[in-house]
Amino acid sequence: MANYQNIFTQVQLRGPAHLGPPLRPGSWVRQGDPIFSGLLGIIGDAQIGPIYLGFFGLLSIIFGFIAIEIIGLNMFASVNWDPVQFVRQLPWLALEPPAPKYGLRIPPLNEGGWWLMAGFFLTSSIILWWIRTYKRARALGMGTHLAWAFAAAIWLYLVLGFIRPLLMGSWSEAVPFGIFPHLDWTAAFSLRYGNLFYCPFHALSIAFLYGSTLLFAMHAATILAVTRYGGEREIDQIVDRGTASERAALFWRWTMGFNATMESIHRWGWWFAVLTPLVGGIGILLSGTAVDNWYLWAVKHHVAPTYPPVNPPAVDPATLAPAVLPGHTP
Amino acid sequence: MNAPSREETVVRRHSGFRAAAVAAVACAALLAGCERPPMESIQRGFRGDGQVQIVNPRLYEAEFAKLQVPPSQPAAEDGEPRASAAFKNVQVLGDLSVAQFTRVMLSMASWVAPDQGCPYCHKAGDDFSADSLYTKVVARRMLQMTRNINGAWKDHVSTTGVTCYTCHRGQPVPSYVWFKDRSSEESGHYAGWRNQQNAPATTVGLASLPLDPFSVFLKDSGEIRVEAPVPLPSDHHATIQHTEWTYGLMMHFSKALGVNCTYCHNTQQFASWQMSSPARTTAWYGIRMVRHLNGDYLVPLAEKLPAERMGPMGDGPKVNCLTCHQGVYKPLYGVSMLKDYPELAAEHEQPAVAPAAEAAPAAEPETSALPARVLFAVGKKQLSTDGAQLIEAVAKQLKEHPDLHVDVSGFADKTGNPAANLELAKQRAFAVRDALKAAGADVGRIVLKKPEFSVGGTSDDARRVDISEAH
Repeated sequence: MANYQNIFTQVQLRGPAHLGPPLRPGSWVRQGDPIFSGLLGIIGDAQIGPIYLGFFGLLSIIFGFIAIEIIGLNMFASVNWDPVQFVRQLPWLALEPPAPKYGLRIPPLNEGGWWLMAGFFLTSSIILWWIRTYKRARALGMGTHLAWAFAAAIWLYLVLGFIRPLLMGSWSEAVPFGIFPHLDWTAAFSLRYGNLFYCPFHALSIAFLYGSTLLFAMHAATILAVTRYGGEREIDQIVDRGTASERAALFWRWTMGFNATMESIHRWGWWFAVLTPLVGGIGILLSGTAVDNWYLWAVKHHVAPTYPPVNPPAVDPATLAPAVLPGHTP
Repeated sequence: MNAPSREETVVRRHSGFRAAAVAAVACAALLAGCERPPMESIQRGFRGDGQVQIVNPRLYEAEFAKLQVPPSQPAAEDGEPRASAAFKNVQVLGDLSVAQFTRVMLSMASWVAPDQGCPYCHKAGDDFSADSLYTKVVARRMLQMTRNINGAWKDHVSTTGVTCYTCHRGQPVPSYVWFKDRSSEESGHYAGWRNQQNAPATTVGLASLPLDPFSVFLKDSGEIRVEAPVPLPSDHHATIQHTEWTYGLMMHFSKALGVNCTYCHNTQQFASWQMSSPARTTAWYGIRMVRHLNGDYLVPLAEKLPAERMGPMGDGPKVNCLTCHQGVYKPLYGVSMLKDYPELAAEHEQPAVAPAAEAAPAAEPETSALPARVLFAVGKKQLSTDGAQLIEAVAKQLKEHPDLHVDVSGFADKTGNPAANLELAKQRAFAVRDALKAAGADVGRIVLKKPEFSVGGTSDDARRVDISEAH
């Protein structure tokens, strides 16, 4: 029989391609003749296609393509259309939001105008894709859990690039489109708002993020470990517990005194994943709008620890009497 | 169990050995750029909070061994005639003896133009007094600059000081000077705006931060502080893009000194001076010093320079932290060349207090100078003439009584910023201690004693340093 005792997928099923249930009237057609890929079969289903693109999918891809083109061509232009430099400098390149002086006005095209346009198309593309995930789930008679989880990520994206800049009254507060530049932006954000580690929503977001990975690893390992007893049929076993389910439950009850059920473990995973960007977005949204220095905020509310000084405390020389400063001499 | 009907089953088996070999090669490749342990970590803050400098002792040894500080020329005789009298057109160092003056000139040649020698500044065939070469005009201005640094900027260079060699290291133009960056010219009219950042620039440690923080912060006096001083939104405004500029400058500091953020800051709160190391104060004066040097010396000097000395944007060479530090937390690892060349520190030095002691040799030994109260002007830490005389007397008493120990306590009045006043009180105590030392007192017998309340009152008496006999 099939052997599941391996961390890599061992089994690939091959047979006539599965074309899916009949589409409802008024739907688009599914495109593409299915093919089988042995390589992709190692990490997923070997059958590729057909795909249902649909109106929203097509529009989303077009808008997304436009956004990527604006970003990519601006990066290309920034190295004077030199393909070698484009590849070498790619991690550093970016499409920058406008300078602070433009506020929420529409800046000149080459000083943030492209950024505003790319943001519009990318946001449209993402929201259209969200509609697609919602509608495809409905079409298959599924719940819309995926769409709402995706919406949590979109919330964080919108806070960073749209909602917070609106509240701050300046597009310049938004994130540049670029690999290193968006990381530098992130570090600068924490520096400006007095150390984001003292923002409780940031802390919660980290807890949910790391918690998500932990739950994912625990659940995946548990199910792989009991597949020899039919544990992969975990959804059946929500109400019809077999030996796999019993053993998995017993394992965790013995090791930590408490166990999730075949149903609740998936709710754990879903909520942790959804709460990560949800609370993270709240933290970003409050920075600069409601709290200007998270460390001092934490001191005010007796959250931040203090450590005994090792050096005699330095004194800000700017506060000393001007006479102490060396003057300009000819 | 039967295989599923109508479906084929493909089972792939991986060779465990091959996978392990690939993993081993991959790990080796990943680690190829790493330095081998062990590293030394130097604690600079409270234990466990990560305020450490990580040093590779092997690299440090190698760098230190490479450091070649040129030997000082033997000291020259003081005496008449003075250089200003003996030579024509001597605008600096004229108060030196001819021998001292010649020694400084020869040392300068070996520090700055060892290959070219004297003709680098003094045109061959012309009289030595002629200013026919631009290099001589520059060298004179640089001498004035060096003396200014050593005299007026002790808060940054301390008594270690600088000489020509600190920056030049045997090169006519120091290896690390900066020019305005070409990136301020935008590429393309309709697309490709870079916002003066987003290129792999060594000036900011290869980050994608604004790559010319020098024009803004080290030539002009751009505001560096961005972190909010209060918890909630206030009238403090600094944008994220402004923060990136400051961040770029800090990357320069870090690279120029070969240190990380925690050398000066507690990253728990970058802005807090309370939690910062004393090095941050030194750096603060360094920033003001560099602005002063660029503004008063180097930018105006550019008009004397030929075109080949100019940068790509047509501006002259300017200094930043790297110019002196060259990747080391203290230039030349703190070796003081200045101590053998006191001529380079003459300007702005406090007049020596010693002659006053000679002028009053007949003081009564039985009359105790203690306790003494040295008064200061508002906001000042400099000694008055009266104060200097008091200190003379105390120093004399210390010299005559080898078993005498004194306590020195500084005070400030309560007007103005409390933290600044605390510091001022301390600095006054330091000033008295230093003056006692300069007057020949044994520092080992002077104890700086922090009073319980060093700030208070508004009278003249409040601004004082008390010197009392220690028991």
